[in-house]
Amino acid sequence: MKSLYRIMAIVKKEVRQLRRDRLTFGMIVGLPVIQMLLFGYAINTDVRDLRTAVTNQAGTHLSRQFVAELRQTQVVDIVDFVETANDLEVLLRTGKISIGVVIPHDFDRRVSDHSRAAVQLLVDGTDPTMLGVANQLRTMPIGFDSARSTSDLPQVIEVRPFYNPERRSPVNIIPGLMGVILTMTMILFTAVAIVRERERGNLELLINTPLSSTELMVGKVIPYIVIGMLQLALILAVGRWLFDVPVRGSIVDLYLAASAFVAANLALGLLISTAATTQFQAMQMMVFVLLPSILLSGFMFPFDGMPTVAQYIGEILPNTHFIRLTRGIMLRDAALAELLPDLFYLIGFTLVAMFIAAMRFSKRLD
Amino acid sequence: MHSEFAIEARGLSKQFGELRAVSSLDLKVPRGEIYGFLGPNGSGKSTTIRMLCGLLTPTAGTATVLDTDIPGNSKDLKPKIGYMTQKFSLFGDLTVFENLQFIAEIYSYPFADRSTRIDALLDRYDLAAMRKQLAGTMSGGERQRLALACAVLHHPELLLLDEPTSAVDPQSRRDFWENLFRLAGGGTTILVSTHYMDEAERCHRLAILDHGVKVADGTPQELQNRTGMNIVEVVADDPYAAQAAIHDLEAVASVTQLGVRLRVLIPESHDRPREIVENTLAAVNLKATTSLTAATLEDVFVAVTMKPRRSG
Repeated sequence: MKSLYRIMAIVKKEVRQLRRDRLTFGMIVGLPVIQMLLFGYAINTDVRDLRTAVTNQAGTHLSRQFVAELRQTQVVDIVDFVETANDLEVLLRTGKISIGVVIPHDFDRRVSDHSRAAVQLLVDGTDPTMLGVANQLRTMPIGFDSARSTSDLPQVIEVRPFYNPERRSPVNIIPGLMGVILTMTMILFTAVAIVRERERGNLELLINTPLSSTELMVGKVIPYIVIGMLQLALILAVGRWLFDVPVRGSIVDLYLAASAFVAANLALGLLISTAATTQFQAMQMMVFVLLPSILLSGFMFPFDGMPTVAQYIGEILPNTHFIRLTRGIMLRDAALAELLPDLFYLIGFTLVAMFIAAMRFSKRLD
Repeated sequence: MHSEFAIEARGLSKQFGELRAVSSLDLKVPRGEIYGFLGPNGSGKSTTIRMLCGLLTPTAGTATVLDTDIPGNSKDLKPKIGYMTQKFSLFGDLTVFENLQFIAEIYSYPFADRSTRIDALLDRYDLAAMRKQLAGTMSGGERQRLALACAVLHHPELLLLDEPTSAVDPQSRRDFWENLFRLAGGGTTILVSTHYMDEAERCHRLAILDHGVKVADGTPQELQNRTGMNIVEVVADDPYAAQAAIHDLEAVASVTQLGVRLRVLIPESHDRPREIVENTLAAVNLKATTSLTAATLEDVFVAVTMKPRRSG
């Protein structure tokens, strides 16, 4: 009972300190919102409105119709018409356009002759996504009386994007972003909260009181679990209102998964705090965890496409497993029971990290 | 079993790698007294205090602190001791009241009496006006009063103070010692480390530490009476030249200049200490008057921490 009161005393103190620490307090709310806006609006792998110039050397009815069709795809935004292919190259080189479309003077004849390409696309290959887009355009049917286009250019493979039929990036990004934001804030807050106490000498006072190191750790972690849950709610709300990101599965499952993930990160934060002697060191170590959590977790790049070594590293990171859980629950309407291996990994990670942290922590007192 | 001593240490030692921070320390601190640890930085004062409150495990030796054995289960000991760290260790971003409240909660101070106790402490340590001030914005003296208030909040039987006055002005130091005497009068045993002579002189009893070794202990009076030295005070026109002349004498253990005066320590084994000094000064034509005086604690300190002079 006394133990409980002591833990509550620590929680109360943490909350009071947090309330006075404007910067940290602002980070709790500001960080998720700003990140969401940045990633949600700026990262867009679903490319539209690429600046494009056209040189139409044919000038026929069919070629003009082709340009109109091209415009309708909305993939390209035709900003200029020029005389020659050379002009296109200049525009490309100076970065004024990303795609140049060359319609040769014998366009009409080439369209009916399937052995030769009818149109040439000049693409700025410095950005790999552009090439991907250009490849999409290649499958665009040219022929135009609809009967011919379907029969002459049979689609060999039909792609049906499940779960995100509109192929909107925020839908993919926000479940992953949730993991990145929680990784960043949870690890940082706990690590700094304890290291700061050591830096300021508070720890020397605390270890001379009846307070045990377990009570201290639990008391320090509780406020941040609550903060983690609030951040999760905030991310979900912003995702819903601004980006229309659905939660198709059970919200309870999502919160259970998030609890395990928050616990894993807090444990990692505690572990870092036992290794770092200054707040600056704690932040450096946090970045060391954060970067792979962004790059190797499947948040940025598809996990299966990564080199084997990167996949091994990715498997260690809690964020990798959390992203699988959130994408499953939020987008694919999977039940947590179907994703147990990832949940168990998070719980196991928490226990191991907590154990090591507690061992190291009690050593530091001597 | 209730021992008459609050602290009894037997051969207490602490080794940090190559460094022997404390060597075979024997210590007896009677209950209700103010016991001083006097010594320069790095003499093992802090290490000893940390071992006594169970923060550090001794490499060798044992101690009994408030009838609890060290090394052992220091958990039972913690509610009975108050500890004031060398560096201010309360929370700078909590107010004076919140700090006291936090300490009361951590020590599970009875809830019903909590606010009465905190109010009493705020009054006693002259902090009532700063109740809502953040501890981080207070002056050195104010912080020290708050730290003391927090250390004694739970009525500890033993108070361990690690250089408590190293960052405060003389007036605050005087007030601080007034408070210590009041606490000792109320039955609290106080162990205080310091490197100020005037503070050491105020202790009921003290031990002088040097490089982890206890070189002397007793009441200030006892220590001053048994230095084993005669103290010759010299008033000279040219004290600097006089010092140079006396310094290398075989009989002289130490010379300290205090303004125009020199304090010369001569072991009691040499007869006629005044003549030794006078003759030497006369030989080099320096005018001076000499007198024998009583040893101060500083003389004691110099005498016991002195390195043995080269023989022959």
